[in-house]
Amino acid sequence: MIRRNKLTRDTFHVFQANAKNALRQSEQVTSVLICAGTGCIAGGALKIYDNIKAECEKRGLTVYVGLKHDSDEEKSLHVKMSGCHGFCEMGPLVHIEPMGVMYIHVKPEDCHEIIEKTVLGGEIIDRLVYKLDGVAYPRQEDIPFYKKQHRVVLENCGRSDAEDIEEYVAKGGYAAFEKALFEMTDEEICRAITDSGLRGRGGGGFPAGRKWDGARRQKADVKYIVCNGDEGDPGAFMDRSVMEGNPHSVLEGMMIAGRAVGSHEGYIYVRAEYPLAVSRLKAAIALAEEYGLLGEHIMGSDFSFRIHVNRGAGAFVCGEGSALTASIEGKRGMPRVKPPRTIEQGLWAKPTVLNNVETFANVPLIIRNGVDWYRSIGTKTSPGTKAFALTGNVVNTGLIEVPMGTTVREVIFDIGGGIRKGKAFKAVQIGGPSGGCCCASDEHLNLPLDFDSLKSIGAMIGSGGLVVMDEDTCMVETARFFMEFTQKESCGKCVPCREGTKRMLEILNRIVANKGTLEDLDLLEELADTITNTALCGLGQSACKPVQSTLKYFRDEYLRHVVDHHCPICNREKPHPVIDAEKCKGCGKCRKNCPMEAISGTVKQPHSIDPAKCVNCGACVSNCPFGAITAAKEG
Amino acid sequence: MKRENRQQADAVGRIVDSYDCQESNLIAILQDVQNEFKYLSEEALTVIAEKLGVSTAKVYSVATFYENFSLEAKGKHIIRICTGTACHVRKSQPIYDTIREYLALKGKRKTSSDGMFTLETVACLGACGLAPVMTIDGEVHAKMTPESAVALMEQIRQKEDAAV
Repeated sequence: MIRRNKLTRDTFHVFQANAKNALRQSEQVTSVLICAGTGCIAGGALKIYDNIKAECEKRGLTVYVGLKHDSDEEKSLHVKMSGCHGFCEMGPLVHIEPMGVMYIHVKPEDCHEIIEKTVLGGEIIDRLVYKLDGVAYPRQEDIPFYKKQHRVVLENCGRSDAEDIEEYVAKGGYAAFEKALFEMTDEEICRAITDSGLRGRGGGGFPAGRKWDGARRQKADVKYIVCNGDEGDPGAFMDRSVMEGNPHSVLEGMMIAGRAVGSHEGYIYVRAEYPLAVSRLKAAIALAEEYGLLGEHIMGSDFSFRIHVNRGAGAFVCGEGSALTASIEGKRGMPRVKPPRTIEQGLWAKPTVLNNVETFANVPLIIRNGVDWYRSIGTKTSPGTKAFALTGNVVNTGLIEVPMGTTVREVIFDIGGGIRKGKAFKAVQIGGPSGGCCCASDEHLNLPLDFDSLKSIGAMIGSGGLVVMDEDTCMVETARFFMEFTQKESCGKCVPCREGTKRMLEILNRIVANKGTLEDLDLLEELADTITNTALCGLGQSACKPVQSTLKYFRDEYLRHVVDHHCPICNREKPHPVIDAEKCKGCGKCRKNCPMEAISGTVKQPHSIDPAKCVNCGACVSNCPFGAITAAKEG
Repeated sequence: MKRENRQQADAVGRIVDSYDCQESNLIAILQDVQNEFKYLSEEALTVIAEKLGVSTAKVYSVATFYENFSLEAKGKHIIRICTGTACHVRKSQPIYDTIREYLALKGKRKTSSDGMFTLETVACLGACGLAPVMTIDGEVHAKMTPESAVALMEQIRQKEDAAV
């Protein structure tokens, strides 16, 4: 590694100016950006990167990897691996600047054509262009999926080389930290964050400024900044994309927090399932240290700050603050009783500011662009944008960022492109196993996505997972699925969560198997109430939300399971009863007893069952005096 | 102590040393040991406890708390099926069931009798855009079906057979 002189404030300005200059120059020549998020890598992005470089070399084109560029050179281009572009469904994605062209579903063998036709010839390859309803959208910004978005936190994710600190600085990075370090007092930073109205993006929506100011007021020699990157919600990957695609923004946010509360050490706790995020963060920290942006006496000031990366080991409960700090300390990740709050006694019983990845990534933007700018986006009580992972049975899955207050309808139908295979929309689960669902009513679809509106229907933003479900999804089965998840992840410390979720899961299993009773529904509601009110931590307190909200909005589906003992979705493939024509005497008893009027036939003639109407209730089987009807096998 | 056991104990000791014998690094130590030996043996846990100066029970309690740690030896290839919400609604369960059947796994068994494959589930890989997803030895495979999953495993089997 090259040993660099640590930057001072003055040399930082020089570095910044040079970087901006280099960026401007590099924007003059063609750049090929290959999305290197987890999704596209799984689709073969690394091979595409290698092929593009090889194709260039074959033609004697000089490939530049960083910003550095010799402007005299005629035939040259930049090839970059960028962070997640968000349109994961269409991956692997390749983006060509300054044309603004985006190619989808790129295969390694397409690279030859991309270089030949598009990069050298300026021609667009129709086959690789995104199309919708017969219209081709060669430019990324025109694609409906992107058009309705407002990308602030994710803006640089798809446009920059995540591991290039120079590019980050050229695009305004670390300027906010410099401002916080030299031009603002700790109190002013806290006030700016409070005034901006920034609320924690991890789920609860607690005002970040109040948290920071609380920690600032604590009198202690040692304080900690902890970044929660334990994005355990199944169906959510916003934080992963930020850590992978723009790791420096997280570091900068933490450094500003450190300056604001008087802390000199920060920890980032990342899920074990995100190895790429861990390596990108570690690389970013090493670079920042090399430049003297992290370490002792940053930019020649008396402020010092270090950041460590901790890998989780697969425990969902570690997303809870006190469990997370216990895990960093090397213990079992179990929550503790609060108070004392984390800002009083957090990591190693010292005052600690704990925010999630997206929250920290918002901080540099607020300091750099000002409070008024931030408040101009989003709603009054929930300013700013929110990143959501849009997944499930929706046409355009991927990572999106919209202003707070965008409606559910806009997200699912305008950005998400509606439901896959032309099916009907049934529900969207917001906030994963700790959240609730929105149903297809107008009231729900017009609901603005922000902290307070979602609470009103018993859901919560959670970390921002939106899992869309179509008409073929049974909501009872979905509730059971979430309960199974939470039950498995319960740490076992408090009785309501340990025992309660277990009993609820048993009841739900019974209901799904069509063996439940109406009383079971009351019991579910009662248990859910008790657990919500008595569990120790957020995991237990919100564990019953999926059950409560499905019971409220999809009670008919529960009734099908417990009253009809037949769910048209779960039991669809179950064979219907059949009448043995040889045994049937045509007495008509089955016809009279069939609640669905599915049986037809004339007296003394063999009867038959219409499978389209039959709901497998079994009434015909038990009423046949001749044993001519065989029941459907248990599916 | 057998020679290979001693070697393992030395290797574990070196890992603990690399973390300055700090108790707070216990999770990172366990991760490194598991990385090296694929699972956490009783001997390894004892060595870690001795070096850190804590009880074996404490090390055991941490090792059993976290999903990622395995106290049993695993197969040569590790298959993980994502059962996160997005994969679930795009039907990941049939993939899991098919592979279990393919590997003839019964009851609580997770490793095939020839020691070739271990089948696990994972709550979410964060690759929800590509659901349903599975990983084989850490490599992500997108948009799986029961058929394509079995085909992938057949490929590995063939490669392994060819190597013998």
